[in-house]
Amino acid sequence: MTRFNAFSLLRNAVSGHRNWTEQWPDSQPKPEYDVVIVGAGGHGLGCAYYLAKEHGITNVAVIDKGWLGGGNTGRNTTIIRSNYLYDESARLFDHSLDLWQGLSQELNYNVMYSNRGVLMLAHNQHDVQSFRRHIHANRLNGVDNRWLTAQECKEVCPPLNIAPDARYPVMGGALQQRAGTARHDAVAWGYARGAAARGVDIIQNCAVQAIRRGPDGAVTGVDTDKGFIRAKKIAVSASGHNSMVMATAGVRLPLESMPLQALVSEPVKPVFPCVVMSNAVHAYCSQSDKGELVIGSGTDQYVSYSQRGGLPLIEHTIAAISEVFPIFNRMRMLRKWAGITDNTPDRSAILGKTPVQNLYVNCGWGTGGFKATPGAAHLLAHTVARDAPHPINAPFSLERFRTGRLIDEAAAAAVAH
Amino acid sequence: MTSFRVSGKGRVDTARPVNFTFDGRTYQGCAGDTVASALLANGVHLMGRSFKYHRPRGAVAAGSEEPNALIGTRRGPGRFEPNTRATMQELRAGLETMSQNRFPGLSFDIGAVNDAAYMLFSAGFYYKTFMWPRSFWDRVYEPFIRAAAGLGVSPSQEDPDTYASRNLHCDLLIVGAGPTGLAAARAAAGDGLSVVLVDEHAEAGGTLLSEPQAVIDGLPAWDWLAAELAALKDLGVRVMTRTTAIGYYHQNMVGLCQRLTDHLDNLPADTPRERLWRVRARQVILAQGALEKPLVFHGNDRPGVMLAGSAQTYLNRYGVLVGRRPVVLTSHDSAWYAAFDMAGAGAQVQAIIDLRGDVAQELLDEARRRDIPVRLSGTVTGTSGRLRISAVRVNPVADGRAGPAERLACDCLLVSGGWTPSLHLFSHTKGTLAWDEDRTTFLPERTPEDCLIAGASRGLWGLEAALQDGAQAGIRAAGALGRNRSGTAPRVEGDRPGTGISARELPTDRSPGRAKAFVDYQNDVTAKDLRLAVREGMRSIEHVKRYTTNGMATDQGKMSNINGLNIAADALGKPQPQVGLTTFRPPYTPTSFGAFAGYHRGSHFEATRRTRIDGWAEAHGAAFEPVGQWRRAWYFPRPGEDMQAAVSRECRAVRRSLGIFDASTLGKIEVVGPDAVEFMNRMYTNPWTRLAVGRCRYGLLLGDDGYIRDDGVIARIAPDRFHVTTTTGGAARVLAMMEDYLQTEWPDLQVWLTSTTEQWSTIALNGPNAARLLAPLVEGVELTEEAFPHMSCTECTVAGLPARLWRVSFTGEIGFEINVPAPMGRRLWETLWEAGQRYDITAYGTETMHVLRAEKGYIIVGQDTDGTVTPYDAGMGWAVGKAKPDFVGKRGLARPDLVAADRKQLVGLLTEDGSRLEEGAQIVFDPQQPVPMTMVGHVTSAYHSDATGRPIALALVQGGHERMGQTVHVPMPDRTIAAKITGTVFYDPENTKLKI
Repeated sequence: MTRFNAFSLLRNAVSGHRNWTEQWPDSQPKPEYDVVIVGAGGHGLGCAYYLAKEHGITNVAVIDKGWLGGGNTGRNTTIIRSNYLYDESARLFDHSLDLWQGLSQELNYNVMYSNRGVLMLAHNQHDVQSFRRHIHANRLNGVDNRWLTAQECKEVCPPLNIAPDARYPVMGGALQQRAGTARHDAVAWGYARGAAARGVDIIQNCAVQAIRRGPDGAVTGVDTDKGFIRAKKIAVSASGHNSMVMATAGVRLPLESMPLQALVSEPVKPVFPCVVMSNAVHAYCSQSDKGELVIGSGTDQYVSYSQRGGLPLIEHTIAAISEVFPIFNRMRMLRKWAGITDNTPDRSAILGKTPVQNLYVNCGWGTGGFKATPGAAHLLAHTVARDAPHPINAPFSLERFRTGRLIDEAAAAAVAH
Repeated sequence: MTSFRVSGKGRVDTARPVNFTFDGRTYQGCAGDTVASALLANGVHLMGRSFKYHRPRGAVAAGSEEPNALIGTRRGPGRFEPNTRATMQELRAGLETMSQNRFPGLSFDIGAVNDAAYMLFSAGFYYKTFMWPRSFWDRVYEPFIRAAAGLGVSPSQEDPDTYASRNLHCDLLIVGAGPTGLAAARAAAGDGLSVVLVDEHAEAGGTLLSEPQAVIDGLPAWDWLAAELAALKDLGVRVMTRTTAIGYYHQNMVGLCQRLTDHLDNLPADTPRERLWRVRARQVILAQGALEKPLVFHGNDRPGVMLAGSAQTYLNRYGVLVGRRPVVLTSHDSAWYAAFDMAGAGAQVQAIIDLRGDVAQELLDEARRRDIPVRLSGTVTGTSGRLRISAVRVNPVADGRAGPAERLACDCLLVSGGWTPSLHLFSHTKGTLAWDEDRTTFLPERTPEDCLIAGASRGLWGLEAALQDGAQAGIRAAGALGRNRSGTAPRVEGDRPGTGISARELPTDRSPGRAKAFVDYQNDVTAKDLRLAVREGMRSIEHVKRYTTNGMATDQGKMSNINGLNIAADALGKPQPQVGLTTFRPPYTPTSFGAFAGYHRGSHFEATRRTRIDGWAEAHGAAFEPVGQWRRAWYFPRPGEDMQAAVSRECRAVRRSLGIFDASTLGKIEVVGPDAVEFMNRMYTNPWTRLAVGRCRYGLLLGDDGYIRDDGVIARIAPDRFHVTTTTGGAARVLAMMEDYLQTEWPDLQVWLTSTTEQWSTIALNGPNAARLLAPLVEGVELTEEAFPHMSCTECTVAGLPARLWRVSFTGEIGFEINVPAPMGRRLWETLWEAGQRYDITAYGTETMHVLRAEKGYIIVGQDTDGTVTPYDAGMGWAVGKAKPDFVGKRGLARPDLVAADRKQLVGLLTEDGSRLEEGAQIVFDPQQPVPMTMVGHVTSAYHSDATGRPIALALVQGGHERMGQTVHVPMPDRTIAAKITGTVFYDPENTKLKI
């Protein structure tokens, strides 16, 4: 692996870029692995990376039915934050945020983590109460988050409309300065490169058809397009299609898969310095380093595995953007797309062991999985390596739906996500 | 200035000159021009700068696929848009345009230093550097990169224009009004079929507009076109121009964006700028045609290098010669015709260079006849000229190797790499594509939609083939719609079908590693970038695309995708189908936000729901607050009063005499049917079987997880009829939940649900004098403790109006809720207001309602509960019908964690220092602990209570019910507040005030 730095870039520039080597090889499956990870998104690749780096487990394959990073890793709006209400969530996402801060250096791959700040807007008394509750809880949890008046919001984000006679006037906002965005593809590629360098096989265009179990109930391997692959342990991290993969092992997950759309505008010069989220009107916006406004939508309200959303939701999303940022009304949408989110009843993830021995699951991230990438990957690796959850992900067990110990951020915010 | 306008050519109106400006300089064009054609007519090729290297660029195309000629367009204050394609913006009087992404100017741009350092800025270079020191990313590198990126500048003012939208249902939608689409429409129309034909250009005709030489059924092409359009009009076909089909959605829904004013000299009043159409068509025919491929060679981006077919369009449609001394470089026959047309219009064609060694004899003959030098098996290995091409470097090719170079002077270079079917909308349907080796392109295969694709968009070249295939598609679509059609396609003379080969990066005698052979013009992606991506392990075309940004420019890969695929496939040593094509995503061309937002802007972003009494509240000075889509009277300040003073006065009035409150926003659902009581038993926690007609009960609704979702008082109007109320914000959610259960879980129940929120106006009267005021106005019931006790309901008349009268209280005082048909609400309100003057009746708002209910410990769902609170947590176990066999949430409620001892439970809090707590503040047992602290609950409601003379609060506290009298702590940023846990009822715990 060629180490990336300004000198190697310069050296290769001089030699016409002919000497760069591949960032990860095109691996074909071996007959057996210690760990097979299903799903080569940021979470799965990251898990492989940490298994190799922190737990010394390198006989690992990451298998994907498509190309790596092509699911929700490559389809999200890259918002990263940790100002969650409940202790369990705050710890999980803050763990992730800590890892984000040094991820470029860790991977020797610039993932462009940008601490540009995430501003969440309050549009009514209920929002104000809810955000204040978050801010108080975050303060006592040591999580950065502070209240801004409408005027202060405008100073942070000049395109914002704070007119008091707006349909949903801005009554203030909560700003997490440490939060921000990152370059999504680079996260997948950086983990892939780091994992491959440590001996992990990344097997693309190879669909997992079924998880096989032995007479004792424990997993024995996966049937794939490229034949049966034996595995001592299997971790499933296949976002929108988790429920289908896990069903082949006889595990029914409390998941509903729904399309979530996003879009970008044509690129323009810097005009939008931070990330703004408005749950009340469903407007989520930032500007990429390339100059495109990156805009997230609400979830299409039907269950589907097709990566294709409807027009009405886009109309509403754009209307919300034009409402909150009226100067953008003459901007143009360049492209839109959809991903499939897997949603749990409490809208929090499931990350841990399953009733099947040596089968682990990382799912249910809904609309918020990207921000968790390094954290989830790190914790999943720990859980797989030790056959026991890390204290941070222990509360995110599948068991909680039986016991009722839910972590319901959506209900706590009383916002329909 | 030299004019490149050719008299007698084109469809522009040379008698109607139009002035416009480009970068501050005034130019003249004609009515019918685009900005690009008008600039070219003035000899201006330099129109923009590229994204990364800031290389000078000119228009390379004549349509919506243009990647280079992007300009800012302005019409006075507020009407500015960046990144407009000069090739699509029609000229209008006074149009101001400006170039982008350059400083200080278009001709001299400092950013072009990037071009000199281009070896550093290879594909993905930013992933490999800018990592040290770590803190520099946010402070130095990223701001620098951001400032360098972007194309035009964002608008800075609010958009003064309006936008519209409309739904359209039709039998057949045809996308593309070129020869294929026209023939399809003609074949299908008639017999009452509703046929819609749309085209993105200003006029219908497509390639016919660029091919006036053709003769169709004996008529010159343009005469035939006019006759055909007239015939379609007679057949009732709706032809929509300036209308782009932007996206193809599930079940044959196609989104259209129609541009209505951007081309007009004078802006009409009251006309929307654009209109979004949501078309649901029974059948769709896609006739989007094909896009010409550029050729990939060093210097292929210099202004003056243009697609041959586009040059033909500029000449034949706009009457503009893009150069007087063109060189033509091609791998396809079609560019030969462009050369012939140029020569026919007076250009001195310097050479036709064909990559092929074997070309049809009639083309060679025609070239000879016109004295055009021809070089077969040739290539171009470079271009020169600073801001405009002045010469090409031409080499012969033998065995794939370029021979000695020769310099050929020229003023433009027309290129063609053949044609690629336009499959964008087809791909939106998730239709599958099949690789066609003969045409070296992907062709449409199967789609799940009721969709046909015809003409050049399925790889058929030439006018006659297009007309035939279009007619066939029209016949098939009509057949699918139950109409038998037949017909023959018209005869065509002067057709130019042509063939060609698909070229890769052209052979060169220079180092390919040094070549700037552009594939994606706008994003400055070169062939060597693509090869670098492959070298670095990017094997999927999606990876190549994302690593190099090839195909991610504002032309969405229309110019670059197929060349990028071919080059990547070669580098990988794989056939194209194994490398795959990137997904085409909507919209087809960039579409303004305004078109999507449509009517939903400003106060119309979402409807503001107002009660019938809202006008009275406004007239009486109410302050309002938004609650969901409603606006509700928050409080009624008198002159000089702040919110606190007004609320205290309103509270006092209710407690001492009489208050009146508009409760109309409460959700209302009429639950009716023989199984209504069974349905209610299953939905709500409470038992309903024994609730007598004429009685009310507080109902609690859980989710299946056992947590409180909604609540409200419910009246039994008849044995089979309940009048359910919900929270204001929960109305739609509760109805949806009820319908969900009724339709999917209990379809056997005979129950009908009707939302009646908007049918009733609801007025609440509260206070010791409530009955006194109301009694004389009511007919049909005595308002005595015996005849109409607390929690009664009846149908009667109030002030002569038909009413459902309830005796309920959300304040702790004697209370009535009077429901009258909505339109009568204001009349009743004013009657009560008038009659209540003797009791000093006081109107109160939501804030006072909140205080009064908190004094009584009544919860507000969503404030004192948050979706994690059980009835037991809220101290309302009494509302759970334990004997009932089942209800929604019963199983969830039995889960171990929901019956655990240390759950957070609703309690009252009284601060020790008498200060008022903040809602949302967190509670701890040990105030001395370090961060992160163990939090045990939070304050859900906090008010100043006038009745008790002190601040009160409700809170959820871990194990709270067992901790009465204990002290907890609320750490605030500046201090920690100690508070004592109490019961939740702060006022009249014995309910003595409820008695009449």
